[in-house]
Amino acid sequence: MSRLKTRFEALAESGRKALIPFITAGDPNPDFTVPMLHALVAAGADVIEVGVPFSDPMADGPVIQRASERALEHNMGMSSVLALVTEFRKKDQLTPIVLMGYLNPIEIMGYEAFANTAQRAEVDGVLTVDLPPEEAEECVALLKARNIDPIFLLAPNSPPERIRKIDAVGSGYLYYVSLKGVTGAGHLDMEDVKRKLAEIRENTDLPIGVGFGIKDAETAKTISALADGVVVGSAFIKKIEENLDNVEKVKAEIIALTKSMRQAMDS
Amino acid sequence: MTDMYNMPDERGHFGPYGGVFVAETLMPAITELNEAYQRYLKDPGFMAELDDDLKHYVGRPSPLYHAQRWSKGLGGAQIYLKREDLNHTGAHKVNNTVGQALLAKRMGKTRIIAETGAGQHGVATATVAARLGLECVVYMGAVDVKRQKLNVYRMKLLGATVIPVESGSRTLKDALNEAMRDWVTNIDDTFYIIGTVAGPHPYPAMVRDFQTIIGREAKQQCQELTGKLPDALVACVGGGSNAIGLFHPFIDDSSVKIYGVEAAGDGVETGRHSAPLCAGRPGVLHGNRTYLMANDDGGIIETHSISAGLDYPGVGPEHSWLKDIGRVDYVNINDNEALEGFHALTKLEGIIPALESSHALAYTMKLAPTMSHDKTIIVSLSGRGDKDMHTMAEREGIQI
Repeated sequence: MSRLKTRFEALAESGRKALIPFITAGDPNPDFTVPMLHALVAAGADVIEVGVPFSDPMADGPVIQRASERALEHNMGMSSVLALVTEFRKKDQLTPIVLMGYLNPIEIMGYEAFANTAQRAEVDGVLTVDLPPEEAEECVALLKARNIDPIFLLAPNSPPERIRKIDAVGSGYLYYVSLKGVTGAGHLDMEDVKRKLAEIRENTDLPIGVGFGIKDAETAKTISALADGVVVGSAFIKKIEENLDNVEKVKAEIIALTKSMRQAMDS
Repeated sequence: MTDMYNMPDERGHFGPYGGVFVAETLMPAITELNEAYQRYLKDPGFMAELDDDLKHYVGRPSPLYHAQRWSKGLGGAQIYLKREDLNHTGAHKVNNTVGQALLAKRMGKTRIIAETGAGQHGVATATVAARLGLECVVYMGAVDVKRQKLNVYRMKLLGATVIPVESGSRTLKDALNEAMRDWVTNIDDTFYIIGTVAGPHPYPAMVRDFQTIIGREAKQQCQELTGKLPDALVACVGGGSNAIGLFHPFIDDSSVKIYGVEAAGDGVETGRHSAPLCAGRPGVLHGNRTYLMANDDGGIIETHSISAGLDYPGVGPEHSWLKDIGRVDYVNINDNEALEGFHALTKLEGIIPALESSHALAYTMKLAPTMSHDKTIIVSLSGRGDKDMHTMAEREGIQI
């Protein structure tokens, strides 16, 4: 059984929801990432999405774009990201790690070479923003054969037949993009999210994580009442960006935000 | 029996290239666009309106001009120029924006967005948006905004909002990223007019279909003028829309040799170029699989060319396919060679070409002398050079 499945089942049994932080690997520097991942787990993260930096992050807003640019200044490519995951696994065998990024780094490495390396690094899931199910057959087969979950996105405008199609190829969880736009944008309309999640539930049994636009403990709590997982990215990366010259302060603020979200979600 | 060339397949694949590689939020919009496009392609009313606009607004057909003096000087094949520079707004770009804007209107979209590099596509988009009364937002890399001030001003006069893009390398590819971000955010009322034969399906096929007017006219005009098919075609390739427009109607004519000319910048061997077909590798960017300029980590490499319109790290997926099957020879021309082409045409024929088109002219200067006098080459003169006066003057140390 995959680490993601185990984790979501355990959470469901204890009546809790998954807190899923996202950070870009290598931002603000490569030494920051692994200790931060361990600290996130200690502060209450259940699953972590690790962003693979890419030169042209089309689906991301300015905050995550700049995180990618900072990481790329340190040559944080796919191989380096996988090396960080290997490092993380030395001390943590339980927390699922999901790589989130764009297809080209995987294309250039080659699907099979990527799947093999990701398996050796003990990656649990791969979310490729610009790889819809129509084009994903080969990649999905290689990942699934190695017990790695392919995670797919759902959008506010995904019709029911498309939700079923995505349910058929995805595993681990489905990531519901809660607004039309890029990461870190706008404000959520909770009624919209609620209505759409109900429709999604009718068409899948996979756990549903919700992301895009979750900035504080209060929103995390509201979303956690509706979904199985809450994904938070830009809000963390903003902390990095605001204190680039003070890494300790960044870490403390990210831990504080994680804890406040955890508390709110569990209360 | 000959196998007729019939690409792409239903899902937009040219062999392994093309396809739809976009985030989920864009999928419904792309499906909607594809359905509308397939429908209007067969709609006589739509096609009649398009033909009428091409004739009376764009000024088609564009002439096929026999460059006799230039041909004689080179001492080989007879060179004919397909004069896309004489179109309204001064380049081939308008063939496509007229078509896509009509489609946007039929689909009930009220807002148009576009990306632009040199500004030619931005101007062609702002032009048709003004005419149809549609809101228009153009994304342009901050670097390009600086080096193409004149076109920025033209777009503003036409009522468009020009947004300088400050992310990444601040050039064309980043403008495309930003336009995609706008589209995903405003998907309900917005139509994205992509300027080249790249992007997710149906764009590569749709933009090609709007641009094949170039090749269809050229084929007929060549028959009228010479009584036969041309022996060779030459066009510059950035994203590759003027090239595919000229090439496509000739693909099944195996006697016609076809040359696509990429920008070699400082020289392909220096790494500072914009020649993904000659020196890149297959990958995925901006919604399709195609040859790209990417490093070993999959990051997109910055491109270099004297011509802003060829300064793009990818290329239309159909060109990748035509390269792999060997139907088109992709060659390259560096900045200095392109300038020779620019000066030759200006001095010998009294036609000032765009720097993009100058790459095709420069390759023709190499090709023509290897062919006999009774052979014919058609060159796509994709745009006029007025927009490049500043670049040229700066390069030659002249203050305007």
